[in-house]
Amino acid sequence: MIRTRDTHATVTIALVIGIPLLIAVLDIGTAANSPAHVPDFVVGLVGKYLCYAMLALAVDLVWGYAGILSLGHAAFFALGGYAMGMYLMREIGARGVYANPILPDFMVFIGWKTLPWYWHGFNHFWLALIMVMLVPGVLALVFGFLTFRSRVSGVYLSIITQALTYALMLAFFRNDMGFGGNNGMTDFKDILGFPIDAHGTVVGLMLISALVLAGEFLLTRWVVRSRFGKVLVAVRDAESRTRFLGYRPESYKLFVFVLSSVMAGIGGALYVPQVGIINPSEFSPGNSIEAVIWVATGGRGTLSGAILGAILVNLAKSWLTSALPGIWLFALGGLFIFVTLFLPRGIVGTIAAYFDGRRKPGFREQRLVKEPSAEPEPVP
Amino acid sequence: MRWTRGKRWPYWLAVLLFAPGFVLVLALAQPARAAGGDDVFAGLASPDFNRIEDAVTALAASGNPRAGAVIAALADNRLYTWRWPRPDHGLFIKEPNGNFIDARTGQPTARPPFPVIRPVIVNDMVRSAIDAAKGMLDLFSRNTAVRKQAAEALFEAADPDSLPLITRALAQEQDPGVHALLVDAEAAARLKSAAAPVAEKLAAIRIIGARDDLAARSLLASLSNAPAPIADAAAKAVKHIDHILALWNILETVYYGVSLGSVLLLAAAGLAITFGVMGVINMAHGEIVMVGAYTTLVVQQLVAAFVPALSDWSLLLSIPASFIVAGILGIIIEQTLIRFLYGRPLETLLATWGLSLILMQAVRSLFGPTNVDVTSPPWMSGAVQLGGLTLTLNRLWIIAFTAAVVGLLMLAFRVTRLGLAMRAVTQNRRMAAAMGIRTPIVDALTFGLGCGIAGIAGVALSQIDNVSPNLGQNYIIDSFMVVVFGGVGNLWGAVVAALILGIVNMVLEPISGAVLGKIAVLVLLILFIQRRPRGLFPVKGRAVEA
Repeated sequence: MIRTRDTHATVTIALVIGIPLLIAVLDIGTAANSPAHVPDFVVGLVGKYLCYAMLALAVDLVWGYAGILSLGHAAFFALGGYAMGMYLMREIGARGVYANPILPDFMVFIGWKTLPWYWHGFNHFWLALIMVMLVPGVLALVFGFLTFRSRVSGVYLSIITQALTYALMLAFFRNDMGFGGNNGMTDFKDILGFPIDAHGTVVGLMLISALVLAGEFLLTRWVVRSRFGKVLVAVRDAESRTRFLGYRPESYKLFVFVLSSVMAGIGGALYVPQVGIINPSEFSPGNSIEAVIWVATGGRGTLSGAILGAILVNLAKSWLTSALPGIWLFALGGLFIFVTLFLPRGIVGTIAAYFDGRRKPGFREQRLVKEPSAEPEPVP
Repeated sequence: MRWTRGKRWPYWLAVLLFAPGFVLVLALAQPARAAGGDDVFAGLASPDFNRIEDAVTALAASGNPRAGAVIAALADNRLYTWRWPRPDHGLFIKEPNGNFIDARTGQPTARPPFPVIRPVIVNDMVRSAIDAAKGMLDLFSRNTAVRKQAAEALFEAADPDSLPLITRALAQEQDPGVHALLVDAEAAARLKSAAAPVAEKLAAIRIIGARDDLAARSLLASLSNAPAPIADAAAKAVKHIDHILALWNILETVYYGVSLGSVLLLAAAGLAITFGVMGVINMAHGEIVMVGAYTTLVVQQLVAAFVPALSDWSLLLSIPASFIVAGILGIIIEQTLIRFLYGRPLETLLATWGLSLILMQAVRSLFGPTNVDVTSPPWMSGAVQLGGLTLTLNRLWIIAFTAAVVGLLMLAFRVTRLGLAMRAVTQNRRMAAAMGIRTPIVDALTFGLGCGIAGIAGVALSQIDNVSPNLGQNYIIDSFMVVVFGGVGNLWGAVVAALILGIVNMVLEPISGAVLGKIAVLVLLILFIQRRPRGLFPVKGRAVEA
């Protein structure tokens, strides 16, 4: 089993780094009129998918391995994105419409005179990098601490994570939060001195995303394959039993929840310079649920499945929204239903189960992800 | 007339600018005034706007039976006078049929040759005097409502000059309501009068203090510079009114809270069945509500097309229609989707979310992405005044409707055979099956019932919210919050939770603004769930621990 997982991981890493590398070569190394040339916008699109894959990996870590169905992970993604957006806004400096060297345009527009305290220091890239991880991490820590300690789980947890991202969305829509309100942040000029939509920056950002995704993949793989990861799966499958064996499920859950939120935050931070905008709609509950369906499609509880699912679904989304705009929501809705009814293990999970089942009788049953099923409750 | 002062300043400016001309006109008009004597109509024949204005005021106050007709004619530019002044200050009213009558007597007169007479011209200053005069005349109108309004206006004006008028009106007022208002108006005028003795003013403060409204408060508050006994009494009365107003304010907040709560409850009642009783997470619940709202629209258009006579009552028809449409939709959903996912709540959540996307997109393609117009019937618009509260009728109807729906639902669970079967199945599925209950059918019907209630919620929401494909999205999170807050498996919990959430929302709103209030409620709820993970009214027993 370990040997198969190893080839599995090698293939995943090779694809995650290899395909972006190939695209980069085809973009830089070929002439613009060559048939093999890949235009910049495709590079940007691939970069975007890689960031979505990071979010999917984060969701898979908590959902696939700890049984925490978070419907608010896009909030961590967006918070990381906002931290990076704040740095990019400060980078604009005096080149904004109002040419204010300190204040971003939207603050000048709503008549603010001084920079709010939480914007100080965001002109330093290193501080923004710390914040990208710290802000989602601290939110996840506080939220998770309160929630897991009082043993909120299952559907209740899903609903309050959804309420969390909804509340954040409402908050970020407000102008006086100082994050650009409805319009969010955009019109970025450069990142670390590199012009943001230059050829080289776009390719570079995509390659960095690929490397970070590969790194996150290796990290999560190490976590779930460690002894810690085994306990985590035990918590997922039988929380009470694990508790009776002397473990503290809440600590295990809290750790992966924070780790996963930081991963999502990093994804958001890489996403913003590549799409060039961050606004409060990134917090919308629908986004978080979409991320869950990427994971479900690719295969819950398989790390490569999360990456595959995110990229496949988003490819389909890009293609369908331009080819048949009216169809996309039908297709996405149908995908939700199809995957839950007919493909509960997702693409990678189904394939893996097929091969493993041939190799080892009885493994299929063991691999099945079990939900803690709620007993029916009495009527009032 | 004093209350028109604020509007007048541009004319004072004009007076300054054209002062020389006015002096001349006044000088010319002076003899005419002397000649006018006791004739209250005489001033109207003057070419001077100031004189006309005074005459209008005097005429209204005179109680002359012809005053109303003359002033109305003046307002309509139907009042004529001699082009060149004559000693009799003749005034003529041109009837709509072209005949002329004498303004003073109302008797028909021979048509004066046109070049000899001219219409009496009115400027803005005179027009405001006319409006005020009409107010005075309204005091003696036959219509009680008109008199009431006039008395109210007099109270707010608090003009000492109108004291004689009020006294006269009081003497002949029969209606007790208007009489009381006039007493208030008299007190207000007396308060402002310099001549009235202190004792009378104190009595006036007592009268006005008993009114307990904002107008009385601002009148009394304006007395703070008056001599000590009056100012003290007024301050005391203001304090009393503040107390009363604060009380009404609290009541109003509670009413708005109950109103919001009833909307939440209506949206959440169906969910309390599907989620609370069956344990099925239906993320498409909001979209079923939306389907109910669109059914209302379709019923309304059908009724308007085929039985226009009933169009005021189409809303009543859409209640059963929405229940049936949404209920059948729910049974179809249960049979094709949810049935396969019992015991897997998280998968149910994802599948029904997908379903919600499909329903939303389907409605968008059928009815368009924009808001559609569902009209409110006339019997739902308007408001009732209850003390210091203004209750809008549509909100009242929705509160009553919610109470009826939830009451019927509880009754159905208690007394009907289906309700018994539902309770049996949810309490112990295998035992219920052993007793001969067909559990799959009961499951389908329970889900259908929950969806039907959601459809009915859509009818109510179509009356107070925009009907668009996104309607459901706005309520789904709130509805889940209600059910989770109240405690799953408990309709009473949902009722209490919805009312608390509604009131808390309304209390927080003025303090922190609508959006922050909502955020605060969400955060409070998240914290509350930490303390009591099973809601306000948890169901106790072995079944609870999953």
